[in-house]
Amino acid sequence: MRKTFISQHPSVLWFLAILGLFTVFVAVMSEASGIGLISTSMVKTLGKTLCLALIAIAMDVVWGYCGILSLGHFAFFGIGGYAIGMWLMYARTESIITANLSSQVIPPTPQEVTDAIGNQIFGVVGSSEFPMLWAFSHSLTLHLLMVVLIPGLLALIFGWLAFRSRVTGVYLSILTQAMTLALSLYLFQNDSGLRGNNGLSGLQNIPGYEDASQASISVAFFAVSALALGLGYVLFTLVLSGKMGSVVKGIRDNEARVRFLGYKVENYKLFIFTLTAIIAGIAGALYYPQAGIINPAEIAPIASIYLAVWVAIGGRGRLYGAVIGAAFVSLLSSWFTGGGVPPLNLGFYTILWTDWWLVLLGVAFVCVTLFFPKGIGGLFDYLVRKPS
Amino acid sequence: MLRPILFLVLFFGLAAPAYAPVHAQELTLQTILQENSDEITKPKRRTVSTALDALVASGLPQVTQFLEQWQDKGVWLREDDGLYFYASADGGDLTLTDIDTGAESTVPKDGFKQLKPNGGVRRVIATALVQFQLSDPDLARRETAVQSIARRPEASQLGPLLASVDGEPDAALKARKIQLANFLSASFAEDPADRIAAIESLSTDTSIEARAVLNQILNAKPDVAPRTDAGPEGNIARELKPGSDLSSEDAYAQLVEAGFAQAAITPAALREAIVSNVVEGKVGGVPTAQLNSQDNRVKAYTALAEDGIVPPFVTAEEREAAIEAHVFFEEYSEKDPAITTAALDALNSIETRVAAAQTVDLTLDALSLASIYFLAAIGLAITFGVMGVINMAHGEFIMMGAYTGYVIQLFVPDYTLSILIALPVAFAVTFGAGVAMERLVIRHLYHRPLETLLATFGISIALQQLAKNIFGTQARPLTSPAWLDGAWVVSDVIQISYIRIAIFVMALMFLALILFVLKRTRLGLEVRAVTQNPGMAASMGINPDRINMMTFGLGSGIAGIAGVAIGLYAKVTSEMGTDYIVQSFMTVVVGGVGNVWGTLAGASMIGFLQKGIEWFNPSNTLAAQTYMVLFIILFIQFRPKGIVALKGRAAAD
Repeated sequence: MRKTFISQHPSVLWFLAILGLFTVFVAVMSEASGIGLISTSMVKTLGKTLCLALIAIAMDVVWGYCGILSLGHFAFFGIGGYAIGMWLMYARTESIITANLSSQVIPPTPQEVTDAIGNQIFGVVGSSEFPMLWAFSHSLTLHLLMVVLIPGLLALIFGWLAFRSRVTGVYLSILTQAMTLALSLYLFQNDSGLRGNNGLSGLQNIPGYEDASQASISVAFFAVSALALGLGYVLFTLVLSGKMGSVVKGIRDNEARVRFLGYKVENYKLFIFTLTAIIAGIAGALYYPQAGIINPAEIAPIASIYLAVWVAIGGRGRLYGAVIGAAFVSLLSSWFTGGGVPPLNLGFYTILWTDWWLVLLGVAFVCVTLFFPKGIGGLFDYLVRKPS
Repeated sequence: MLRPILFLVLFFGLAAPAYAPVHAQELTLQTILQENSDEITKPKRRTVSTALDALVASGLPQVTQFLEQWQDKGVWLREDDGLYFYASADGGDLTLTDIDTGAESTVPKDGFKQLKPNGGVRRVIATALVQFQLSDPDLARRETAVQSIARRPEASQLGPLLASVDGEPDAALKARKIQLANFLSASFAEDPADRIAAIESLSTDTSIEARAVLNQILNAKPDVAPRTDAGPEGNIARELKPGSDLSSEDAYAQLVEAGFAQAAITPAALREAIVSNVVEGKVGGVPTAQLNSQDNRVKAYTALAEDGIVPPFVTAEEREAAIEAHVFFEEYSEKDPAITTAALDALNSIETRVAAAQTVDLTLDALSLASIYFLAAIGLAITFGVMGVINMAHGEFIMMGAYTGYVIQLFVPDYTLSILIALPVAFAVTFGAGVAMERLVIRHLYHRPLETLLATFGISIALQQLAKNIFGTQARPLTSPAWLDGAWVVSDVIQISYIRIAIFVMALMFLALILFVLKRTRLGLEVRAVTQNPGMAASMGINPDRINMMTFGLGSGIAGIAGVAIGLYAKVTSEMGTDYIVQSFMTVVVGGVGNVWGTLAGASMIGFLQKGIEWFNPSNTLAAQTYMVLFIILFIQFRPKGIVALKGRAAAD
């Protein structure tokens, strides 16, 4: 069975091999190993890119395979980030506060510790009480569960409502965008209990590993992200192979016909929507500890549209295309906006790429949609001829 | 209404002498001043009124000027003969003016003394002055006097004010005086019956002032007394139940303040006391290491208290018992219950009226918001609703229109003219942009709607960044003409700015225009034909390509005009389009695709809904938007085709 799976999907093996080599290469070249050819911030950028690639394959499954253009998957990504961020922030603040208070004449009461933590975390929004949302913030296990459960449940409820009433096509896109908008507006409020537009910060410090250097933490997260990406890739390949995959692709191509054949289209769509939301949540939970900060602006509807852009540029309907798109566009984008590209002097006007990158991206995007609907991944079709 | 108040005047001391007949024909101001020279030269706040009464009683026309000069320290005393003059010092010289004749002369300063009444006296003078100013022939001065009374109402002003009402020639000012007299009587009249009458007369007045007067009367302060069967004495506003009306911490703090209980030891104070009493690693016999729980700390503290080092600890039970043994209430500072009851009734009746007025105001607000949403969405209703093209760059067309208006204002300084030019130019610019976009991009994607979404999104980010590169990141003003400044004020509660009215009118005009174009013109006929069945339309001699191009251009052009309108009341930035794009799509989807009336219904629903939710929670517009979006998501679950759903074949896709 395993053998046939791989022979059916040779790309999986290629992908895992390249990912593995890349991970080992980065780990060896990082500052943590002592060679230091790749700086810690670069390792973090690469690690974040892997997380973006993970959510991109989730997006590819839901859009490229199932035909649901969801503009809400970045919201699930953000929820995953918030879920893990709450624990990170609480646990770290607790350890700092406990250290501070223990040097005093008399030991603190539990109430004093809680008050001090609350003050520290919520002082910035003019509060010191712990909101209901933070009831489990002391428990890593529960928060790891939340990373999976909250995006999953939200997607389940939302998807059930939407698919049940047969909202499809662009309407569904607009509806998911509205959901994202509602979520980000909610998070922007100071009394949402998640520190309003300040967001959660200091997430790069992992409680319990205060002594470890950022260099080794970044490599660890990079490796875990690579592992998650590899597992996600295999998982989605499995899900999309066989009958399940055929039905899902059938829904994309002609939903009504699949329904007439007797399949419960809604259930398939709901399964794909929820599964990809969970993966998006996990990707977010891995991304934000590397980014160090999460705030509601990250969840704004535009982020989800960018996600669709990555997948479209990389090539829809093939998982490695999504990975290529996410990695290519996000790395290129940080290269351009980071000022890494020399200005282009036209004689009468000098193009500063920090200003013109978005114009270039927008135009490139239009061109890809018009002329290369298969994206970058489509180029592989010229290299690899499928055995007929 | 006025009669009981006028009746009151007869009992009121100050006003009566003002109308006493003049008793001597040869009376001059100087003689009256000389008769009261003690009080004029060295006035005291308590006694100066005798001199003022005498001055007022004389009825001389010069009294006003004298009082004003006196108040402004402009009166000087010649020390030889004790005569008074108006004078202004100029170096070592004085310019003297005779008090009665007005003759001027210049003399050296020596031998003259300036009268400097102190602040208290000046206030008494000002009060006396008010009655003259209130009946001054100059309207502006009368208005100033009324305004000054309204700013600082005092009991003593009631008489003069009432006296001046009948003689007031200006109708508006007369009404204002009567209103003000009512306010003053409600607060200061001596006879309770008069106050109640005045208070009742206020019950139809929804102005903020009237409410302030009543609230002033109903001013109540919290108090506490030991619990008795008879209940607390005084004019009680309401009893407060600890736990529900006020927290038990506050209740206990009130007890402490009133001296009925001993101050509770807060956890912080407890900690403080323990920390400062550590002896050899122990506090009151408890080792410090064990002091990490509140119970042990209390134990240590109690031990300290037994030694008399700290005040005794007040346990939670003791606090409960103390709160239980007392009654907490709010007491009116007004002693007469009849008056507070009348004021409460009047205030309730006003609140009802204010609530009704607020509903009207809210409706106007909602209408104006709905018309903004409608303007933003109407272009989209054509491109998305009629053609089915998802144009994510629609918001950027709005932005282009607004920037067009801004650029035109740079060249045409006259704001009215520039707006009139900007409207067609904005239409032309965005029409051109729309046609170009349709030709270059959208035409190739008619069969792939989801990809249209992405391609137009690419255009949207490119346009946005382009605008940022050209115009910078800071907001640009689009100034409205002066005649659109200000607001239409119906009452203190109901008001709406002219710009919003203009936007509302504009929205109506657009609705009419779009309906006319779609339903009554050749273009509209062809648009509808191509929408329903492009193949059939083409075989009838209609060129679908041209119609699609024109329709898309029309929708985009209207977005440009909407941009000018929106720019007038919001700031023009490169990101303004993103604020409207999601709202606009929701407006079209909620309303029902393919129908202009649906867009109107959608915009109204979203506008009214948002204002309605804001009304429940006015401090938080973000929450209102959140709930509105959630509502829309739910709404689409139950009416996926929107409010005005197309039926039959037209709804097929």
